Amino acid sequence: MSARWKAAALVAPLLLFLLLVFVAPIGTFLFRAVQEADVAPVLPRTVSVLADWNGAAMPGDAAFTALAKDLREARTRDQETGGGAIARAAARLNADWPGFRSLLPMTARRIAAAEGPPREALLSISEDWGTPAVWGAIRRAGGPVSDFNLLAVLDLKRDAAGGITAAPADEAIFRGILWRTLWIGALATVICLAIGYPLAWLMATAPPRWVPFLVAGVMLPFWTSLIVRTAAWMVLLQREGVVNAALQATHLITEPLPLLFNRGAVLLAMVHILLPFMVLPIYGSLRALDWRLPRAAMSLGASPLRSFLRVSLPLSLPGVGAGCLLVFIQALGFYVTPALLGGANDQMVPYFVAFYASRTVNWGMAAALSVLLLLAVVLVVALYGRLVGFSKVRTA
Amino acid sequence: MLRRGMGAMVALGAVLLAAGGALAQGRDLTVVSWGGAYQDAQRDIFFRPFQQDTKSRLLEETWDGGVGVLRAKIQSGANNWDVVQVESEELLIGCEEGLFEKMDWSAIGGKERFIPSAVHECGVGNILYSFVLAYDKARTPTGPANWAEFFDTRKFPGKRGLRRGPKATLEIALLADGVPPGEVYKVLGTNAGVDRAFRKLDSIKGDLIWWERGSQPAQLLASGEVVTTVGYNGRITAANQGDGRNFGITWANNLFTLDSWVVMKGTPNKDKALQFINFVTQPARQAELPQRIPYGPTVKGAQDGLPPAVLANLPTAPANAEGALQLSDQFWLDNLDKLNQRFNTWVAR
Amino acid sequence: MRASRILLWTFGALAILFLMAPVLAVLPLSFSSGSFLFYPLPGLSLRWYADFWTSDFWLPALWNSLKVGTGAALVAGSLGTLAAFGLWRAEFPGKSLVMAVLLAPMVVPGIIVAVALLLVFGPLGLTNSFTGLILAHAALGAPFVVVTVLAALQQFDAVQLRAAASCGASPIRAFLRVCLPQILPGVAAGAVFAFATSLDEVAVALFISGPAQRTLPRQMFSGLNDSISLTIMAAAMVLVLLSGLLLLAVTLLRRRSP
Repeated sequence: MSARWKAAALVAPLLLFLLLVFVAPIGTFLFRAVQEADVAPVLPRTVSVLADWNGAAMPGDAAFTALAKDLREARTRDQETGGGAIARAAARLNADWPGFRSLLPMTARRIAAAEGPPREALLSISEDWGTPAVWGAIRRAGGPVSDFNLLAVLDLKRDAAGGITAAPADEAIFRGILWRTLWIGALATVICLAIGYPLAWLMATAPPRWVPFLVAGVMLPFWTSLIVRTAAWMVLLQREGVVNAALQATHLITEPLPLLFNRGAVLLAMVHILLPFMVLPIYGSLRALDWRLPRAAMSLGASPLRSFLRVSLPLSLPGVGAGCLLVFIQALGFYVTPALLGGANDQMVPYFVAFYASRTVNWGMAAALSVLLLLAVVLVVALYGRLVGFSKVRTA
Repeated sequence: MLRRGMGAMVALGAVLLAAGGALAQGRDLTVVSWGGAYQDAQRDIFFRPFQQDTKSRLLEETWDGGVGVLRAKIQSGANNWDVVQVESEELLIGCEEGLFEKMDWSAIGGKERFIPSAVHECGVGNILYSFVLAYDKARTPTGPANWAEFFDTRKFPGKRGLRRGPKATLEIALLADGVPPGEVYKVLGTNAGVDRAFRKLDSIKGDLIWWERGSQPAQLLASGEVVTTVGYNGRITAANQGDGRNFGITWANNLFTLDSWVVMKGTPNKDKALQFINFVTQPARQAELPQRIPYGPTVKGAQDGLPPAVLANLPTAPANAEGALQLSDQFWLDNLDKLNQRFNTWVAR
Repeated sequence: MRASRILLWTFGALAILFLMAPVLAVLPLSFSSGSFLFYPLPGLSLRWYADFWTSDFWLPALWNSLKVGTGAALVAGSLGTLAAFGLWRAEFPGKSLVMAVLLAPMVVPGIIVAVALLLVFGPLGLTNSFTGLILAHAALGAPFVVVTVLAALQQFDAVQLRAAASCGASPIRAFLRVCLPQILPGVAAGAVFAFATSLDEVAVALFISGPAQRTLPRQMFSGLNDSISLTIMAAAMVLVLLSGLLLLAVTLLRRRSP
């Protein structure tokens, strides 16, 4: 066996492990963003009848017969297994045609006992079955794949003719959430850089006996659990918390200030948590810097500022880049801290991934939002690779 | 050599997986309730005695409602809950969708033991309670006298707390807008009525704080975060009794409903779950709860021996029940998902 | 020059204060004899630690955290060390792609991992089990082991392996007897990193584990959601001490490495 293959075989166990418990699960999850698996299993006959329908006029009797039969069977199956298939199909259809969430389960409940020809029976349960748009929604969700969720997280949808249009204003919230996420991430990065660079500079230029203390001052918080630091900010900032009590005791204020559950609290805690990720790479690149170079620049007549701008700063840019990258991509993924410290308007994309996954069983939307988030992360990493390159990254 | 190493890895993996499967099979009975002072009381009165009585372990979880959470549990194939305390519309929707086991009444002593409203195909009522208006007398000696004043930010400046979700919130908005209790659901049944409720909420949106956990209203009041809030009647009284607070309750047009125990579909602990429900619905044991936290019992005979001071704090006391609106399960069965969506979009913007 | 140095030191000191103060300011509250979350303390007592010790939740959560962290560190440590050794030994086709996969757990947002694992582990019976949680945390911690061991291997001279081989030692024997002892501090530091990653993880634990596997951070998260009590501050103190120990371990291991 050649050395190459031996080396590859050593890497294989971890690679296999990560492919199984990391890459494959995330892949299958992300695929749900385009997968249409909720409606066809509940309404198989209806979907296949509608495949031949032109979409403009009302569908024929065959569609009504198929729907009645599908719903009766689905309801029986649901009650036996607890699969909740009708509810899931209704949730998916409702995203296309608001009202389906009530319409489908209600129809399923009542059709079980209804008699007579299916068309009349369905129309007597709800007149909505007399509008083509309702049937169009079923056809669009027939699957097996569609761009419905991906468009939805960009506040877009398809109209009856299949063209892409803007979603109605009262449903269009996702672009705002995406911008909010990017904005909070960018703001946290800039603040971290503004505080982190001077601190790293101090660490790299301080007399040797002071360095361990400065490093410890960055490393201790770095190693303190994220949840502990978030809890600390909650205790500090809440209405009957440390800060308000101290301000009142010193008579600076008479009424406690509302410091918690707002954007400021989220940013403060995020900067606090992420700052070491900025400081350590910059410190690493400044420490590796050959300090004779800026001194040489100054001895050749450059002012300290000019020497910094033209020599030291460019040489420390890899560290700055790595720090910004680390801080920004971690900021995009923050879930716990905004959930605990933020208000309703300070929640970022990860919160909505969790929301759709654990509160509304809309795996499709959770997956589409994850695609969006992951895309943002990959773009930032790729941009960094293009501009700076990965070979120079050296963390402390 | 390497091949042997790989073989060992695979074997190790198989052992770990098998061990995991075995652990998952034999899990302990998991009971899910609503946290805070209420679950503390349940722990002392029901959970601990049940463990001692049956010499078995009981695990607790806390949740804050939402039928979607139950759907996610069942549909992800990763359900780890056995007995859950659900709200009335969750009982109906979940039962309809087959998220719960059918209740085996013979295992818990028959339907006749319970008051009629506590009996359902999939669940057993466990407490009667109300959504009430609460305020802190220490800060606001005379609080809002009705829902209209709850929305009056000039008379009572400051933040006010509402439960994050459409249920109860939309009813309160309409009551505040002058709709009489008897017509709330008639109005809410129309699109114009829903718009009207959201318009009313819009008028004070900037002054609203949304809570999710039942323990939060008392905390928000205690810390002065809000000047007035909607809360569960029991938690407010419990804060007065247990934490020495002086909270006021305005019972006018309170929203009245009940919670139920359900057994999650497909649980390996079904017998244990029924044994638990039977244990906690014995009249003498249920009668202990209102004395810790004033929620009404659902078993016949549990209320008989209670002292008048306790009875006066229950939602069922005649003075409190006057003008109360019972939350409509049927309305929320038909409209919860739709209004949830609209509400969440409205809140997130 | 002097003025700018003073300015820099002042700024640096403030930045360090900002990093250290929040946690240091709230931890003493856990020794309060009252139940308020502000100063001055009405008196000193250990009642919140007693509460931590006797409650049905906190102590089991601590044990669960230690159990899961140890498991994850062992799995990630052994697989990660092998992989790092392989990566260091030779170039092979697709190495940069492999590297990208191995390091991906560091950059993928935790919530995405959590939901994805819930959906895949559920049908496999790996949710609500220690095995599932350990596997998940091992995946999240593995990149740290790879990076740390690779760094340790940079200091190791490959000639020693060839010397061992020429003396008749098998490659495995050469690795175990010659290489491993020298990079052991790096391996141990990597395992500590993996342990710390597990000890700090909330999202995955929240989604895929059941009440029987509740870890300390997860218990803190639900506690903070429900009601902030000083017992949570006592738990925070325990976590801080634990991470302090881990940092100490890593620092000592780094000092020992060549």
